[in-house]
Amino acid sequence: MRHNRSWLVLGLLVAVALVFAACAAPASAPADTGGETAAAESESAAPAESGVQIPEVEEGKFNVAFVYVGPIGDGGWTYAHNQGREYLEEQMGDQVATAYLESVPEGADAERVIRNLARKGFDAVFTTSFGYMDPTETVAEEFPDVDFVHVSGFKKNDTNFANLFGAMEDMKYLTGMIAGARAAEDGSNRVGYVAPFPIPEVIRHANAASLGMRQTCPECQLDIRWIFTWFYPDLERQAAESMFDAGASVVITGADTPGPVQVAGERDLWGVGYDSSNACDVDPEHCLTVPYWNWGPEYVHLVEQMMAGEFTGADIYFEVDSGALGLLGFMDGQEPQPGVPESVIPQVQEILGKMEAGEFTRFDIFTGPIKNNKGEEIVPEGVTLTQSDLEGLSGIPGREDCTICMSWLADGIVPDAEIPQ
Amino acid sequence: MEVAMLVNLLAAGIRSGTPLLFATIGEIFAERSGVLNLGVEGMMLMGAMTAYGVSHATGNPWLGLLAGIIVGGFMALLHAFMTVTLRADQVVSGLALTFLGMGLSAVLGAPLVEVRNAPKLPAFPIPGLSQIPVVGPILFDHNIIVYIGFLLIPVAWFYIYRTRPGLNLRAVGEYPAAADTLGINVTRLRYYYVILGGMLAGLGGAALSLAITPLWIEGMTAGQGWIAVGLVIFAGWDPLRGAMGAYLFGAIRRLPLDMQNISFFLQHPTYGYFMNMLPYLFTIIVLVIGSREALRRRVGAPAALGVPYVREERGA
Repeated sequence: MRHNRSWLVLGLLVAVALVFAACAAPASAPADTGGETAAAESESAAPAESGVQIPEVEEGKFNVAFVYVGPIGDGGWTYAHNQGREYLEEQMGDQVATAYLESVPEGADAERVIRNLARKGFDAVFTTSFGYMDPTETVAEEFPDVDFVHVSGFKKNDTNFANLFGAMEDMKYLTGMIAGARAAEDGSNRVGYVAPFPIPEVIRHANAASLGMRQTCPECQLDIRWIFTWFYPDLERQAAESMFDAGASVVITGADTPGPVQVAGERDLWGVGYDSSNACDVDPEHCLTVPYWNWGPEYVHLVEQMMAGEFTGADIYFEVDSGALGLLGFMDGQEPQPGVPESVIPQVQEILGKMEAGEFTRFDIFTGPIKNNKGEEIVPEGVTLTQSDLEGLSGIPGREDCTICMSWLADGIVPDAEIPQ
Repeated sequence: MEVAMLVNLLAAGIRSGTPLLFATIGEIFAERSGVLNLGVEGMMLMGAMTAYGVSHATGNPWLGLLAGIIVGGFMALLHAFMTVTLRADQVVSGLALTFLGMGLSAVLGAPLVEVRNAPKLPAFPIPGLSQIPVVGPILFDHNIIVYIGFLLIPVAWFYIYRTRPGLNLRAVGEYPAAADTLGINVTRLRYYYVILGGMLAGLGGAALSLAITPLWIEGMTAGQGWIAVGLVIFAGWDPLRGAMGAYLFGAIRRLPLDMQNISFFLQHPTYGYFMNMLPYLFTIIVLVIGSREALRRRVGAPAALGVPYVREERGA
């Protein structure tokens, strides 16, 4: 029976092989757990071997790499970015080649990945998660000939490193109007909001939704539950259930999956998705709308600048008129979802029209008088929040400090609600 | 009002604990036979992806459920071959299985991300019983998969503790050499129960993607396979306590969401971490308290857990 040992060795070898096989595939895990394998794929079909594979560049084309925090199959944030990448390829045809790396952990790993992409000869690198901000800044210093765009942060330099984000709060405001009208018609006068993290971005979106809701339903209250994750399907659903149980007839989600819309369907009530335009597909009957990201046009715009040599470091914060923000049911060629009350449709269309014309922006939403959810005045009459206020910036070199920082909950949010510290 | 909140809490716990229940009981079977399988997360993901895909392709969620079970079984077969026949390290093989399942489900499931409404398993409020105040909404107003979970608990318990095959199962996990001398085929039984464990993990994954959070999203188990592995230990390899732990875990995940408007609690700097820790903490505490009894009766890990059985070799 001595040959048993060789079996054992063989077995271990196969097991190790399996591990590497798994690493070579686009393996993934929820973005927030981190520490998982990153995988690579390039349009030039570089053979994947093991570990993080830096894709090949294509000669004679403008090569753009994307670094994603989650799997492209998340159906939400990263999925929407990947749709944008595909749009870029379609629009630019033979001039541009793209590649992406998914589930790249934030932090030291990210810096190595971004540096390797730059070294490999990519002409531009887009990094699409907040935690890539400092790594991107560091690598941008080292490779002045490569252009870098970081999504959802606030840092830049003067030459080759820009940050990119958009006024999703505009769409959340309109979403709030729709939800408020629905809740008023239902007689519940109560809307829910699934809030991922207590950070300025999420607070800004929830506040915009609440202010929008009060436009169409002054008696309505916005319940809010913090879940401390962007992606945990069960928790996202449970937060929605909790708010439906507390009397809401509409729940808006700020997290990645359309689970809350499904809960709405199960209860014959109403849900609102987020991130990606297909979030309503899970239950179109019970889904009022989706405020979604349409990154494609913005990518094309930036890559065209880069190819023309006109790209410089900047704080880019696009508005609705860029075409990069969408509200399902209200964009060109779309019909409002069946659950949207008739009465609110023209109101939404009117403001959306102004937004598309550049006449109504995030600053119009956040112009006083605005009270907080305890009834105290936060933004006095005639005062408009600044960009730094909206982003809650303080102590950032090159940016002014916020004075009315985004750390308050707007009028309409249930008075008991607090922002977790 | 408080009663209503408690009812909602418990109902939510039972609902969202169900996938965990299947995976936990499956792992109990595998470990009772002496084989540790850390591949639960991978098997659940493959089960979830396959079930959703088959349900979409055939239009029949029950076929999807079946496919999820079968795929879970096949994944486990791989583990059984590695660890029972080849006697490879169970930890390494199990981890490999998890990575394999995560990667494979992501690749094969990529087109399914676009599919947003494959047929789901039906909700089924039991007529009459679901109308009973308090008890009805907690126990009898659920998706049909939840009742399958209810049935599995006593069946698993009875099988393990009160039947002859169950005795053989425990013998193989405690003292395989003795079982072997009694004419029990250790290798075959370990194959059976590892595969059964994989089928139940696949069922747990299918329950997720067809009923509890009905969608396919990459990595949608979000670590529940690992929770199942942990629950098995804290449940002392007992299906009844495993079930309690699974449901409790589900309920405690919901509790901090319901309590969010109690503001002094929310203002604490560690609230978010605390909230996400609570289900783990509470489940461990309750099961530790529960296991004092088990300790007194000297019930613990199967003695041969993690040890490959080699006939005529000393040790075991």
